[in-house]
Amino acid sequence: MATKNILLTGVGGQGTILAAKMLTIGLMEAGYDVKMSEIHGMSQRGGDVTSQVRYSKEKVYSPVIEKGTADIIVSFEKMEALRSLEYIKPGGTVVVNTEEIPSMTVMTGEEDYAPDVIEEIQKAVGKVVTMDASTMAADLGNIKAANVILLGTLVKAMGLDDIDWEDIIRKNVKEKFIDLNLKALKLGMDSVD
Amino acid sequence: MRKLLTGDEAIARGAYEAGVRHASAYPGTPSTEILENIAKYEEIYAEWAPNEKVAMESAIGASMAGARSMASMKHVGVNVAADPLMTFAYMGVNGGAVIVTADEPGMFSSQNEQDNRNYAKMGKFPMFEPADSQECLDMMKAAFDMSEEYNVIFMIRMVTRVCHSKSLVECGERKEAPVKEWKPDPMKYVALPAHSRILRVQIEERTKKLAEYSEKSPFNFAEYNGNKVGVIASGASYYYAKEVFGEDASYLKLGFTNPLPAGLIEEFCGKMDKVYIIEEDDPYIEEFCKTLGLEVHGKDTFPPYGEMTPDVLRKSLTGETLPEVSYDHSKVIRRPPSLCAGCPHRGLFYRLGKRKDIMISGDIGCYTLAAGAPYNAMNSTVCMGASISVGHGAQQVFNRAGVKRKVVTVLGDSTFFHTGVESLINTVYNNSNTINIILDNRITGMTGHQQNPGTGFTVKMEPAHAINIEELVRAIGIKHVKVIDPNDLKAVDEALDAFMDLDEPSVIITRWPCVLKKFSDADLSEWPGLFRSKDFVQEDKCIGCKKCQQTGCPALLFDKEKKKVHIDRANCVGCDVCVQVCPTKAIVKEEK
Repeated sequence: MATKNILLTGVGGQGTILAAKMLTIGLMEAGYDVKMSEIHGMSQRGGDVTSQVRYSKEKVYSPVIEKGTADIIVSFEKMEALRSLEYIKPGGTVVVNTEEIPSMTVMTGEEDYAPDVIEEIQKAVGKVVTMDASTMAADLGNIKAANVILLGTLVKAMGLDDIDWEDIIRKNVKEKFIDLNLKALKLGMDSVD
Repeated sequence: MRKLLTGDEAIARGAYEAGVRHASAYPGTPSTEILENIAKYEEIYAEWAPNEKVAMESAIGASMAGARSMASMKHVGVNVAADPLMTFAYMGVNGGAVIVTADEPGMFSSQNEQDNRNYAKMGKFPMFEPADSQECLDMMKAAFDMSEEYNVIFMIRMVTRVCHSKSLVECGERKEAPVKEWKPDPMKYVALPAHSRILRVQIEERTKKLAEYSEKSPFNFAEYNGNKVGVIASGASYYYAKEVFGEDASYLKLGFTNPLPAGLIEEFCGKMDKVYIIEEDDPYIEEFCKTLGLEVHGKDTFPPYGEMTPDVLRKSLTGETLPEVSYDHSKVIRRPPSLCAGCPHRGLFYRLGKRKDIMISGDIGCYTLAAGAPYNAMNSTVCMGASISVGHGAQQVFNRAGVKRKVVTVLGDSTFFHTGVESLINTVYNNSNTINIILDNRITGMTGHQQNPGTGFTVKMEPAHAINIEELVRAIGIKHVKVIDPNDLKAVDEALDAFMDLDEPSVIITRWPCVLKKFSDADLSEWPGLFRSKDFVQEDKCIGCKKCQQTGCPALLFDKEKKKVHIDRANCVGCDVCVQVCPTKAIVKEEK
């Protein structure tokens, strides 16, 4: 099989790294060769954070995704989807959490947060799944579970739903958050056909 | 047992399996996680040293005493450690010894892009360059065995993508390496000129043997796919090249890169019509090939800087990258990192940036963000600990040239312990009169919260003596010292005012914990109710002047329709800096 490329992106603190970690563990346990790369130097200080995951039944070479080759981008914040859009393969899928997190430059009025980010993505990419994962997670009782909702959507969209993700969640989140995250996973998986 | 590990984690695992007993390091991206992971193994003594030179020397002592030992650091840290490293490379080891350097092609969080492979060549010690996590583990084990066999320290040269990328690793068991007997051996361990002259000659013999190993090393191997195009690559570049060339090229993958295998390279090049050298940073392999008289293409084709990722290689070879979807890139806002809500650096830099008659000599840490808007409160940053000494040099010129400009130096607690202490000694000794501000946020912040000599804990979270910075600077000879709460803007102004016209050096210690820190019992007893309160804006009193936003706090949001500021309650920790800045007193603390 050709190597599959998944790019997860968001703003520091949104849980992209944990989602990417669980994704890679699931892929590894399913027998794929997996490489993951992330650059997170200043993410704790409000910067953007991106995790790149590549997997194949054969050997995966580079840990980084080349621009124009991502099969799917899952963005935890809508502007970050636009920032990473140069990575999407023509014909690829973009999953966007519609949450809007202003940056310092927006807060100080130096730049405007464009109102038509989603439309811009839809113009460029055929398959766009938008979801308000943050509100969905808040309705489940904890906004932090948005990352697992998005993970559920991702694995469904990539046809990886035969992997036992429930088991991976049980082994990788704190015990008191297991039920919440299992619900979040199901909610995310049910959000795509 | 297969595990998904980053390169840093695999280095730690390799250390464990190789029977390492002693590991010392100073944190620095992207090397920090090496020691953090080593510290999890009970079998290995692990420590944060105050700087990389001390870490290197600690590892040297442990090797002399007979244990397998190592030091790890980022690339610029090796500059600090270079003095002991260069001479230890003459001496040889007792217990096996390894230095791990984490280089940064592309400079994700570093001040330069130096290629530390040059150190191996200059120091005449052997070097491995892993390309993925499995090689990190395998090369660590090989390096320790060979360090003892060839009687020399080994370098493992990582790059950011190898440090921070995860891949599958087949892990093994720990093989204990008993502590070897220590015997006095002045010829070996006392670096007198008379001894070193003898060792210097012996190094040539060692290098010859290592060159023979390089030819047959399992880490240097060729993969043949025809003879049209050949690629010689090391480290991460090997995998990038395979993405781009695939089966259309033959490869000579070099993992043991000092000394380089002249025979293997000549044989490979002899079979190929055209050879590309793909390597990150300097033309290290390329120049070697050229000394062999081989015709190869390297930096004439690929950029001399940055990462050699597949897109870069493709662009260099074909002039084009893969097709991308088109969209309006101008709609993408910038998302620069900023000081966190509640960051204790905010109050200080907000006030310091208002002063016009000073030069601010800065340093390496989160606080380097103060160089940008809205603070504009840092005029220079060179390297760890440089703030105080660079500031001293500038102040001497200002004073002697009759320029009325006070130099204020700024550095963090961990950076002060790193190399700032010696700089402050210089300032006192040479009768300077700079103001030196030590931002004591009770942790090493930027690299992700490592303990340091001031925090009261070791890397293994065992209790340790916490150096009192005030007592330390007084012992050095600083007579004018103030310890202030940096969130109290009046206290910041008063401390600066009090020291501005002094003819003697002074120190201001801003003591307040990093908002992201996991607080110790000592923190919670020193600051009861720490970060437990919230501030809010009384909307009717807010005139929308946005003055509060000049503090650069990410919890202050401006509502364009209402023309009012409001506070993101989830983000606010009640530091009260904005409360003091608001001209209409619209911002107040929430009632409990």
